[in-house]
Amino acid sequence: MSVTTQLEPSTPRGGEAPAGATVEIREMTYLEAISDALREEMRRDASVFCFGQDVGAFGGAFKVTEGFIEEFGPDRVVDAPLAENAIIGAAVGAAIEGLRPVCEMQFADFVACGFDQLVNVAAKMHFRQGLAVPMVLRLPSGGGFSGGPFHSQNPEAWFLQAPGLKVVAPATPADAKGLLTSAIRDPNPVCFLEHKGLYRSVRGPVPLGEHATPIGEARIAREGNEMTVIAYGSAVALAERAADELGDSVEVLDLRTLAPLDSVAIERSARRTGKVLVAHEATRSAGVGAEVAAIVADRCFEHLDAPVRRLTAPDVPIPFSPPLEMSVLPQLEDMKEACRELLAY
Amino acid sequence: MSASELRTRPGAATTLPRNGERPESSTNLLDATDRERLLRYMLLMRRSEERALSLYKQGKIPGSFYDGCGQEAIGVGAAYALAPEDRLCILHRDLGAHFVRGLEPERYLGNYMGRAGGVTGGRDGNMHFGDPELGCVGMVSMLPDMALVACGMALAMKLRDEPRVALTFFGEGSTANGQWHEAMNFAGVQRLPAVFILENNGFAYSTPNEGEFAVDPIERAEGYGFPGVVVDGNDVEAVFEATARAAERARCGRGPTLIECRTMRMHGHGAHDDMSYVPAELLAEWRDRDPIERYAGRLVEDHGVDRGRIQGLFEAVAAEVAAAAEAALASPMPAPDGLEQQVFAEEWRALGDGRAPWSRHAKGAGR
Repeated sequence: MSVTTQLEPSTPRGGEAPAGATVEIREMTYLEAISDALREEMRRDASVFCFGQDVGAFGGAFKVTEGFIEEFGPDRVVDAPLAENAIIGAAVGAAIEGLRPVCEMQFADFVACGFDQLVNVAAKMHFRQGLAVPMVLRLPSGGGFSGGPFHSQNPEAWFLQAPGLKVVAPATPADAKGLLTSAIRDPNPVCFLEHKGLYRSVRGPVPLGEHATPIGEARIAREGNEMTVIAYGSAVALAERAADELGDSVEVLDLRTLAPLDSVAIERSARRTGKVLVAHEATRSAGVGAEVAAIVADRCFEHLDAPVRRLTAPDVPIPFSPPLEMSVLPQLEDMKEACRELLAY
Repeated sequence: MSASELRTRPGAATTLPRNGERPESSTNLLDATDRERLLRYMLLMRRSEERALSLYKQGKIPGSFYDGCGQEAIGVGAAYALAPEDRLCILHRDLGAHFVRGLEPERYLGNYMGRAGGVTGGRDGNMHFGDPELGCVGMVSMLPDMALVACGMALAMKLRDEPRVALTFFGEGSTANGQWHEAMNFAGVQRLPAVFILENNGFAYSTPNEGEFAVDPIERAEGYGFPGVVVDGNDVEAVFEATARAAERARCGRGPTLIECRTMRMHGHGAHDDMSYVPAELLAEWRDRDPIERYAGRLVEDHGVDRGRIQGLFEAVAAEVAAAAEAALASPMPAPDGLEQQVFAEEWRALGDGRAPWSRHAKGAGR
């Protein structure tokens, strides 16, 4: 952990640095950035607390909350029994009562065990009853390490059919911190997908102190003019590497938020380049890519120079054995090939 | 009353007192005003639901209709024991609990009819409501999901070291669901300031107790590390007293209590259910334990309340419900504009405190 102590808030509440202020930047891993956001928000707001299996003395399965119990005590880093509905359901109640729970699913896959509380209770509470439910569900997701069918899933599309949930999926350490900060401050349930493959493999500059990235705003990760790769999470780095090798032609739009989608940014980039590849690690059918493709087809039809293409995992569970897993998860070569095809169309 | 005495199923639970028989409970926690209020809230529930049922039959209530006929003592007795700053998740057989907290019958009827003036403004229906201003969180159809929400509210109270209580209801049918176990276990592990009111009304839709569980749920409480208490669910004072003691225990940091209220669902699961599966003699037997008739008789015989006064109360409640129905029928249907803008919250707002009519807490305008 490169950043643990003596952080002073460098910006006022609300996140964005005032004009002219200097913000100290530090290089961090994606995982350290998540810890940093959580720690920063817990220091700032006494109502924020961590809740999940093994998050206390053990520091979480991936060590995101390592050292937290020493700093904040057991009343703010609450270990839960092995019961996902209890974690999510109790978080709803605590949030209604004015706390800001940040729940950890040990692996995103296990959200299925708490799905009822998430989609029926948390998601619909404001619409039905006018009650805000400010809670965050941290979801370590994604494959690439032989986790098998139950420790590798990318469940984001499950949430998109449950109106009332916000869904974010950062690709960089700075956005991991900024989006988690915004998620904690948001008065709604937010599903925060943190890709396990990025945890320690990705490093990047992260503003120290308070740093909030607005929910609902995509980001141009790389500019280009002949085609756009619309991606999020682990697929963003893949697209950027492909673009590096293919030259200046490929634009990469990092969605960052999946619900609500930034349809304005999608439309703007698709109209400008006229060719769109939507890429994600999650399976194909009725996925985020399908929704993005529908937006592009609907709003940019007369600006397109090629069919909207998708690069995704096929509709199969994530297999265990390395060559099998490699074959279903999109790889750099797949990304390059998909871009080349579209550029040549 | 011990759990073993009541282990028999409702069909055979003949030990509970009948109308006119002296009940076992006698509490010194209530005064004369409290007792009249308890009767009044039960009656308000009965009459409001009767009116709603006729509105349903007239085609003025879309969807279906669910009531708590015969179970009025439970919602009323339990809610009456709470303080203003306590919180509730009220279920579909517990309309009286809403009235104790201060809900106007007009808004209940409006909610059933999908009117703009209903508690949820037509966004949800039937009993899926809780007035946030009264410290209540509206239920969902999945049972017993609200037990976990109540646990979460209790967790917040505990973490902030507040002498407050979260209370929720559930039927015995809910105890078969895994989330019930998750809630009881979590409440026990965390020693949450929670009160769980289990209403055993004999049937989960059409399935009798025999098909629901092998061991009476109350006997599981000990396994979760907290007490289980069995009361006559048709005795409003017994329910009240057990809840008051459980709430006090929770406020002192001694953890949750499970209270099983033995009762009978006197109507079908919903108005569409002819309950042909319930033996007529069982219903007749329980009709003889009517919580309202019993309590009215008790006020006269044990507490010296004038019969004319009781009669006056019946008439006043009938007039109140008639006026409420008129007002609800006059409420417009909601406009479908802006639904998409109501999905997400702009800011968090605290629940309000409910009315607490019990003389010990006495806050708000108890009527």
